[in-house]
Amino acid sequence: MPAAEATSVAAQRLPIYAANLARGLLDPDHPIPAGIVGPNGKRPVKRYNVYRNNVTASLVDALAAIFPATRRITGVEFFRAMARFYVRSTPPRSSLLFEYGRDFPDFIARYEYAQAMPYLPDTARIERAWLDAYHAADVPTLAPQALGAISPDLLANVMFVPHPATRIVRSRFAAVRIFAANRQDGPFDRIEASVPEDALVTRRDLEVTVRRLPPGGAAFLTQLLAGRPLGDAAASAFNGAPGFDLAANITGMIEAGVFSALHVGDHA
Amino acid sequence: MTAVTQFRAAAPLARFRFSASLASVAGTSFKPEHFRAILDQGGHEVFFEVHAENYMGFGGPPHRMLTQIRANYPVSLHGVCMSIGGPEPLNPTHIERFRSLVRRYEPALVSEHLAWSTHGGIYFNDLLPLPYTEATLARVAQHIDQVQNAIGRPILLENPSSYLTFIESTMSEMAFLSALARRSGCGLLLDINNLFVSATNQGYSPTAYLAEFPLDAVGEIHLAGHAEQTDDEGDLLLIDSHDRKVADPVWTLFESVVASCGPIPTLVEWDSNLPEWPVLSAEAAAARAILDRHASIEPRHAHAGC
Repeated sequence: MPAAEATSVAAQRLPIYAANLARGLLDPDHPIPAGIVGPNGKRPVKRYNVYRNNVTASLVDALAAIFPATRRITGVEFFRAMARFYVRSTPPRSSLLFEYGRDFPDFIARYEYAQAMPYLPDTARIERAWLDAYHAADVPTLAPQALGAISPDLLANVMFVPHPATRIVRSRFAAVRIFAANRQDGPFDRIEASVPEDALVTRRDLEVTVRRLPPGGAAFLTQLLAGRPLGDAAASAFNGAPGFDLAANITGMIEAGVFSALHVGDHA
Repeated sequence: MTAVTQFRAAAPLARFRFSASLASVAGTSFKPEHFRAILDQGGHEVFFEVHAENYMGFGGPPHRMLTQIRANYPVSLHGVCMSIGGPEPLNPTHIERFRSLVRRYEPALVSEHLAWSTHGGIYFNDLLPLPYTEATLARVAQHIDQVQNAIGRPILLENPSSYLTFIESTMSEMAFLSALARRSGCGLLLDINNLFVSATNQGYSPTAYLAEFPLDAVGEIHLAGHAEQTDDEGDLLLIDSHDRKVADPVWTLFESVVASCGPIPTLVEWDSNLPEWPVLSAEAAAARAILDRHASIEPRHAHAGC
């Protein structure tokens, strides 16, 4: 096969240029690579730095587009400095930029200068979940009447199929309020950051929605999303939150578009 | 020694130049920010180009918008990160994603870049340069062949904006592009802004570059704006920025290409510092006016030389 021949010929002679150029792209202290020049013997420093700047600035821009509320909270300069550290230590492994920054919230949690904003990582987690929901597969959400069609004695055995957009972000802070207030440009009232909030991210058709889950809701839903039957999930929610409102939770979740299907499992 | 199978060896570019109705049409980058304004404006004398990678998610608003755009307008699928110019094997997952987009949206034009963007498992999100040698030529031709076989049609390969050269290069960019088109059967996407940027940065005349460019293989033209900086010696260094209007000398070069080749589908790119839709639309209209001025010129046969 001729193609194999091309590969072997090429493989003997090619590996240098990309590795050579790549080495300094994310490291501003790395020397300018050998073997590159400007015309008529001109120096390559600023010329190579065009690529360097493109790489770092475009990846910082990508993070700014994924995490606009985080950026509004920190301010542009703070965000860009923080993002630059992240980009240089954790460049993308995928060419799909909308997948970038999954561990940026963890980086923020470790970032020295962000320690005064302990709610920032969870706010960023909600933003990351928002984008995952935005790109999730187009699947119809479960019809509100679907559960009503199940015989009452089988309800405890009902198991739900999560909609591909559904995400939960649990927080010790008022991350949902902080997220919502900072995803828009307008002013907002002071938020008491220390009130814990659990975020539910869903997408019905095209609209991504972020809601606060009621007490016990996150424990309940986490069980359901893990494929546990309704009876077990309800029991664990009641354990954690005695005032847990089962009917309101299940209705609210179905209306939010958390699930795409249900089926009745075997008796536990 | 060349080990690349010729893809559709018989006049592979004819479909771009003659059968597609795009020859005299000017288009723009499609940006979701303009979606509503585009639909409200109506009219069909335009086409839209999208960066393929932005539509490689599973679903949601991006696919819904593109489906609606595609229902009303011809679409050009422009890949940005296949890394065709890199020494490493292409990512088969990425080729498969690209293939499924081509099948789903049946674009009028499909293109990629003479550049690399991924190396050693890192995606650099930039169009990085390569030396022009027999070895890289063989490798890139094989990559193009692989992509064309996967999608079942030829692609257009775009000339890069360059800021530096490799000492090891043994041929000019024009010679490299000509040889690639001959070997792989691919067409070329002539980015006149890139050409102008490269010529300025490399210290040669854009018209001389254009005179050597294999225009007979060109199936699409790009126009865009550039920014100005300086190099280490304090001389002008142009940056391919896609963030402003097309510069006057680029319009002049464009008109000279169209005057000698006849109408070719032309696209105005604008990727950052986005204007309102009417501004971008007016840029496309300006390109369209130039195409119209030379509408009577018969596009010459792809291999007759332009």
